[in-house]
Amino acid sequence: MIQDFGTDGVIFLARGLMWTLGLSVATFLCGGILGLIFALGRSLGPRWIRLPIATYIELVQATPLLIVVFLSFYGLPFFGLYLPPLAAASLALTLYATAFLADIWRGCIEAVPRTQWEASEALGLSGPETLRHVIMPQAIRISLGPTVGFMVQIVKNTSVTALIGFVELTRAGQLLNNQTFQPFHVFITVALMYFAICYPMSLWSEKLKEKRNVDSTAH
Amino acid sequence: MAYEMNFQPVLSRAPELIEGTIATIELSAKSIVVGLAVGLVVALGRHDGPRAVRTLATVYIEMFRNTPLLVQLFLLFFGLPFLGLRLSADEAAVIAISLNLGAYSAEIFRAGLAAISKTQVEAALALGLSKLQAMRHVVLIPALKVIYPALTGQLTLTVLGTSIASAISASELTLAGARIESSTFRSLETFLVLAAIYIAITIAFRILYALVGRLLFRRKVPPPSMRAASAFDKKEARA
Repeated sequence: MIQDFGTDGVIFLARGLMWTLGLSVATFLCGGILGLIFALGRSLGPRWIRLPIATYIELVQATPLLIVVFLSFYGLPFFGLYLPPLAAASLALTLYATAFLADIWRGCIEAVPRTQWEASEALGLSGPETLRHVIMPQAIRISLGPTVGFMVQIVKNTSVTALIGFVELTRAGQLLNNQTFQPFHVFITVALMYFAICYPMSLWSEKLKEKRNVDSTAH
Repeated sequence: MAYEMNFQPVLSRAPELIEGTIATIELSAKSIVVGLAVGLVVALGRHDGPRAVRTLATVYIEMFRNTPLLVQLFLLFFGLPFLGLRLSADEAAVIAISLNLGAYSAEIFRAGLAAISKTQVEAALALGLSKLQAMRHVVLIPALKVIYPALTGQLTLTVLGTSIASAISASELTLAGARIESSTFRSLETFLVLAAIYIAITIAFRILYALVGRLLFRRKVPPPSMRAASAFDKKEARA
């Protein structure tokens, strides 16, 4: 039965948007925790830790997200691991976000001048103390802009999970289009919903980057 | 029970994989050429166009940077026919990916334009360089050098992003893989092979960028003001 795209349709899309947001938050939390561990290991760990992490980052960054999603959804059942689309989507996005966040944050940790480590050592701080009280506060400030910028990428990237049938905003748009046959209206609405989430975050990211540039030239 | 991998059924479809790889490279190359051209025009328009042009450029950039490529593809491919413009899947893919890259590269070019300081050009002219020489050695090449890491990082994302075009059945590698997967049922092997091919394509493109970079920047050391700007941009561009 063909319906018209109206209030019901918008409510249906809004429900999809909730899933998009939920998946984005889950991805950012899981990817953030793993990414932080990887970033620390990559920039401060011994060689046998740095090398595998660097390889992981390079390989994931050279693979399309869609293939990572397909691998976790269609590939893992062969190892006896049957994941529902939500779990497969979260896993794939987490693996992907981990690689990018680890790379961004490694850059931030390494952007803190080497002399800060030396000064802390001269003041008698231990390695972990230096990291906690001297390096991380500065690295976190540097990382804010790029991190918020990557959060925008995460929200947009969740759309790829529509292709394994996870009903988030884009998939909801496809389903609604199949019922209403009004693709232009449906997908413009979908696009506007993404925009409403992503644009404020992009502005915030730019602001944080600008603030950082002002700070660093003031010193 | 351990699963035994068998790549034979997938590898026996090598001709389709090669065809898909060529299609992906073709789609990428077309999108990069068109996308960079769009990006440059938009960046110039935003940099010193009249007010209306600047607003238009900003709206375009923000619209495309804050919505997913997949939705842009759907809008172009499924939505435009309702406005009377019917595109083939391959055309829709090139246009959507180009417009997407155009928005991102416009922002990157803008950073390059902002890095050129007027005094450098004046100094070059005072030293007796012709306008053309100053444009080339003082403006274009150093500006390009500042943005080169960010730009090539974006191009890599664009090349990998072409896989999304399989959603509208544009001919490229992921679609070829999906066809092989659905007839061999060797999902894991198929997507592992696809991942390997994409990694190889990415490496090949990176080598190409490095070679082009060498050719472009073989002589000049950028002025100090620009060197400071370039160190962090690379990391930020990926964000």
